[in-house]
Amino acid sequence: MADGHQHPIEHRFNPYAENGGTVLAIAGADFAVIAGDTRQTEGYSIQTRYAPKVFKLTDRAVLAVNGFQADCSEFVKRVMQRIEWYRHAHSKQMPLKAIARMIQTMLYGKRFFPYYTYNILGGIEEDGTGAVYSFDPVGSYEREACRAAGAASSLIQPFLDNQIYFKNQTPAPGAAPFVPGNLPIDVVLPIVIDSFTSATERHIEVGDGLEMFVVVAKGRDVSQLASLNAEEIPATNPGEERVFIVRRELKKD
Amino acid sequence: MSVDVFRKGGFDFSNARRNAFLEGKGMPLPKATSTGTTIVGCIYADGIVLGADTRATEGPIVADKNCEKIHYITDNIRCCGAGTAADTEYTTAMISSNMELHALSTGRQPRVATAMTMLKQYLFRYQGHVGAALVLGGVDPTGPQLFTIHPHGSVDKLPYVTMGSGSLAAMAVFETTWRAGMTREEAIQLVAAAISAGIFNDLGSGSNVDVCVITKDKTDMLRNYEMPNQRVEKERKYGFRRGTTAWKSESIRSLIASETVVPVAQLVTDEMDIS
Repeated sequence: MADGHQHPIEHRFNPYAENGGTVLAIAGADFAVIAGDTRQTEGYSIQTRYAPKVFKLTDRAVLAVNGFQADCSEFVKRVMQRIEWYRHAHSKQMPLKAIARMIQTMLYGKRFFPYYTYNILGGIEEDGTGAVYSFDPVGSYEREACRAAGAASSLIQPFLDNQIYFKNQTPAPGAAPFVPGNLPIDVVLPIVIDSFTSATERHIEVGDGLEMFVVVAKGRDVSQLASLNAEEIPATNPGEERVFIVRRELKKD
Repeated sequence: MSVDVFRKGGFDFSNARRNAFLEGKGMPLPKATSTGTTIVGCIYADGIVLGADTRATEGPIVADKNCEKIHYITDNIRCCGAGTAADTEYTTAMISSNMELHALSTGRQPRVATAMTMLKQYLFRYQGHVGAALVLGGVDPTGPQLFTIHPHGSVDKLPYVTMGSGSLAAMAVFETTWRAGMTREEAIQLVAAAISAGIFNDLGSGSNVDVCVITKDKTDMLRNYEMPNQRVEKERKYGFRRGTTAWKSESIRSLIASETVVPVAQLVTDEMDIS
């Protein structure tokens, strides 16, 4: 203190850490992309260059989780447990909007000792539309067309607002108005890749690797994914929604 | 009461109490650009090799992807800077200026120890508030010289040195592979490897490797000696259609100034009166 007087200094254990990295999700008409980088940091150190932040929950739901890694892995573990209990109790996979509401109650259940996690849930709704739900650490949530979270969210979200929500863009005279959430997959994936390569350029905690999960609605054409080296994750119920994963390298400095 | 006409040199702390109060009210002080850095130096058979990365940061944001951290002192002396960017730049520029004056006044090639003494005395005077961590190297009539100078003014004189947030990563390379009496090429490769260790393992360091080789006869500044972190081409083009930005009103002003020029000759009506 500037006054120079003697006074007691409080020492307190801080149970949280901040492990860097960034996640984002974008919804299409009948698909959703959920992506995250794979770097895990603390301070100026890289703890690992491969720590997955995006997890497949069901055949139609993928969860991206970012913030304090210990809370992230614990939270994902509990969400997966509850989803399995649901499947045993009801003999069907939990719908996306039900998972979203469950995540809210689980986060708010720890309102006074929160999980230090930013969650983005993406997937296919029961009506076959692509959806993205974003959460704050204590459970406030909203369905959106796109969302970025984590270390470089302040760099990526304005870019997404412009490219996905068409903010600050006026359509050509006589052209149809812009409608968010209808971009084709061969436009969305390049936007995701450019978001992460750009964040890697200007944010020290972003880099190493990129994992993009693509959830597609039942019966949708997936020929566009073949050229991207997409790997399919085997489904529990074949013939329904499908989940693919596309991997890219990011800069390692 | 006497009025203070003359002020002593040095930092003015009279705003410290006000700033602490403002900070308590939620107005933090402006943050300086820091070169959270990897810088190294190494002596070899007949000279010095200095190395630096090229990333400058402001907190977790990369402020400059290709900055220069090897500063000129004299023709035969260079200085790598880590810490507060402004302090390393200003301090090395000031010492460079004073070294030139010193050389002019003595009529001799200036010595590295002279620069080292000037730097440490300057930094000690400011008790660490000038946040410059330096690697000073050069060749003078006494031979190759290499020093590190810490922000509080302490000095180390060693055959191989590292500084900055990537100093541990770089020193790990020196401690495993350094040998006495290396050749020029071996020393350059070692320094580049030490800087690369910082670039890839320390988040405060990144982008390119700068190297500087100083020998008795000449100094080679190898700017961007290695560039292992070039950006890949973007997947999409982000051009906007003309007319994308909306506007509320339009006003056009003419910025062309017009004037009439009357030649002076036309104003002189008659010949000079010589009567």
